[in-house]
Amino acid sequence: MIELNHISKTFRIAKRNAGMKEAVKALFRKEYTEIHALQDISFSIGKGEMVGYIGPNGAGKSSTIKVMSGILTPDSGECRIDGLVPWKNRKEHVRRIGVVFGQRSQLWWDVPVIDSMELLRDIYEVEPARYCRNLDMLAQMLELGEILRTPARQLSLGQRMRCEIAASLIHSPKILFLDEPTIGLDAVSKIAVRDFIRQLNAEQKTTVILTTHDMQDIEALTQRILLIGKGRILLDGSLEQLKARNSAVRTLTVEFSGGDFVPVEGEGIHTVQLRSGHGVFAVDTRILSVSKAIEQLSAHAEITDLSVAGISAEELVVSLYEEFQI
Amino acid sequence: MKKYLSFFRIRFLNSLQYRAAAYAGMATQFFWGGMLVLMYRAFYRADAAAFPMAFQQTASYVWLQQAFLWLFMTWGYDNEIFAQITQGTIAYELARPIPVYSMWFLKQAANRSAGAFLRCIPVLTVSFLLPKPYGLMLPDSIQTLLLFLMTLVLGFFTMLAFQMLAYILVFYTMSPSGVRMVMATAGEFLSGGLIPIPFMPQKMQDILTLTPFAAMQNLPLRVYIGDIAGGELANAVILQLFWLAALLFVGNLWIRRALRRVVVQGG
Repeated sequence: MIELNHISKTFRIAKRNAGMKEAVKALFRKEYTEIHALQDISFSIGKGEMVGYIGPNGAGKSSTIKVMSGILTPDSGECRIDGLVPWKNRKEHVRRIGVVFGQRSQLWWDVPVIDSMELLRDIYEVEPARYCRNLDMLAQMLELGEILRTPARQLSLGQRMRCEIAASLIHSPKILFLDEPTIGLDAVSKIAVRDFIRQLNAEQKTTVILTTHDMQDIEALTQRILLIGKGRILLDGSLEQLKARNSAVRTLTVEFSGGDFVPVEGEGIHTVQLRSGHGVFAVDTRILSVSKAIEQLSAHAEITDLSVAGISAEELVVSLYEEFQI
Repeated sequence: MKKYLSFFRIRFLNSLQYRAAAYAGMATQFFWGGMLVLMYRAFYRADAAAFPMAFQQTASYVWLQQAFLWLFMTWGYDNEIFAQITQGTIAYELARPIPVYSMWFLKQAANRSAGAFLRCIPVLTVSFLLPKPYGLMLPDSIQTLLLFLMTLVLGFFTMLAFQMLAYILVFYTMSPSGVRMVMATAGEFLSGGLIPIPFMPQKMQDILTLTPFAAMQNLPLRVYIGDIAGGELANAVILQLFWLAALLFVGNLWIRRALRRVVVQGG
C-alpha cells in the first residue's frame, strides 16, 4: 500500500547571529545551514494497518507525512502509495487520502461547519448519496450533531478537531494521515478521538498513519511503531516488541529523607530524575538486581517509600531517545 | 463550474454573515460615487470642452465603477490566501484534488463576484433613477450591452489573472504588505480606477492601452458608455484576450516553480 525507499530531503535555513550589525550584514550575504530533515527513509505499510510515527520535535515526522501526502517533493528516493507517486500524480493521489494537520485548520472560519463540508464535497466531487451517508456516519461517530451548524470560530478546540477529522474523511479516503490529532485536547476529547480512529480502522479498514507526542495515543491505537530521529528511521516494530526489548529495565521510585542524594550512575543503574526527597532510577536487572540497587540507594539516604515498576510507553520512548542520542 | 458555484455560495454566505459590513459597503459606494459625480460636475462647469467625454458618460462611468467595484478593485486581496502562504495552511490546499492556481482563481472569482452581486443591484437601481445628467444612462443598443457584458467578464478574468501574480510573488517575499501597496496604488491609477484612462495625457493613453491594465475595468466601462466602438473596440478585445491568455500562462508556470520550493515548516 505504502512504499518508501531511500527518501531524503534537505532544507536550507537562513541563520544569523543576534544584533544590528549582523542583521545589516545579512542583507548582503546570507548564511545558510543545511538541515537534513529526512535521510534515507525506507519503510512499507500494508493496507488496513495503523501505524504510530514517533520521534522528538524536528525529527522529520511531519516532513514524512508531507512527502506522503504530496505536499513536499523529496530530493531523492522513491515513494509509491497505492501505485502512485504522491508529488507526481498529486491530483489522483490526494483524492484517495485524507489529511489532518493538528496545528492548522481546514474549516472556513466564519461559516457553520456544515458549509465547509459541502464545499469539500464539491471539491472532491463526492456523489450526494455517498456524501449524506458519510456525513451521517461521521456525525454519529464523532457526536457532531448541533456542532455542524455552528461557525468554526465558535467551536472549542476539541469540537473543532472532531470536525477537522470529519472533514478529512468526507470523501472516504483509503488512507488517513493524522499529524498530531490530539494536540492540545483535554482527556475527554482525546478519548473520543481515539475511539473514533480505532473504530474507523476496524470497520472501514482505513489505513491510519499518526504522528503524536502523546504516548497514550500510541498505546491506545497502534500496533506498530516507527521511531524517527534526526531524519532517520531508528526502529520499526510493535509496541510489545519495543517493550520486550527494554523489559529488563525496572523503574525505582524512591522517597527519602535526610541527606542529599548524589545522582547515582553505576553499572546497571542510572538516575532519571532527582529532586529533594524524591528520586527516579532506572535499573537494568540483567546487570544489577533490584535488591542490590535498593541496597546501593539506601547507602546514600534514609528511604521512606519505594516502588518498583516496569517501563511505561512514555519511559520507553525517553529511553529510546537516550539510547539513540536524539 | 460546480466548484465555482460552491465557492460562490460559501463566500456569499460569508458576506451575509456580516450584514453590517454589507450595508456599510453599499453606503460607501453611494457616497463615494455621489462625491465623484459632484466633483466632476464642478470641473465640467468650469470647462466642459476640456473633457473627452460628455458629462453623462463620465457620471455613468463613475456609477458603473461603483457598482462593479468588487470585480475590479486592485486593492482587494484575500487575506486568507496570504495567510495560507505565510502561515503554511497551504498544506491543506496542496492536499486537494484541484491545482492550487485553479483553486485560488476560483476562490477569488467567487469572493469578488459574490461581493459585487450584493452591491451592484442597489447601486445600479438607484443610479438609474437619478435625474438625467447625474445618473446612469442606458447603453445605446442591445449589442452594446452584450459587448459590455462580454468585456466585463473578460476584464474580470484579466484582473484575477493579474492578481494571481501578486499572490505568487508572496511565496518569495513572504510578506504581502509591499506587494499590496504597489498593486493598490499603481494598479488603481494605471487601470483607470482613479480617473478614466481617456482623461490622461495622450502619450500615456497610447502606452496604457497596450498594457493589461487597460483590459480590466477601462474596457467594459467605456464600451457601455459608448466611448469605444468599431475597429478600436475590436483591437482592444483582441489585446484583452491576449493579455488574459498571457497572464494565465505565466501565472500557471510561475506557481509551479514556486510550489517546488514550498516548505511548510513546523508541526
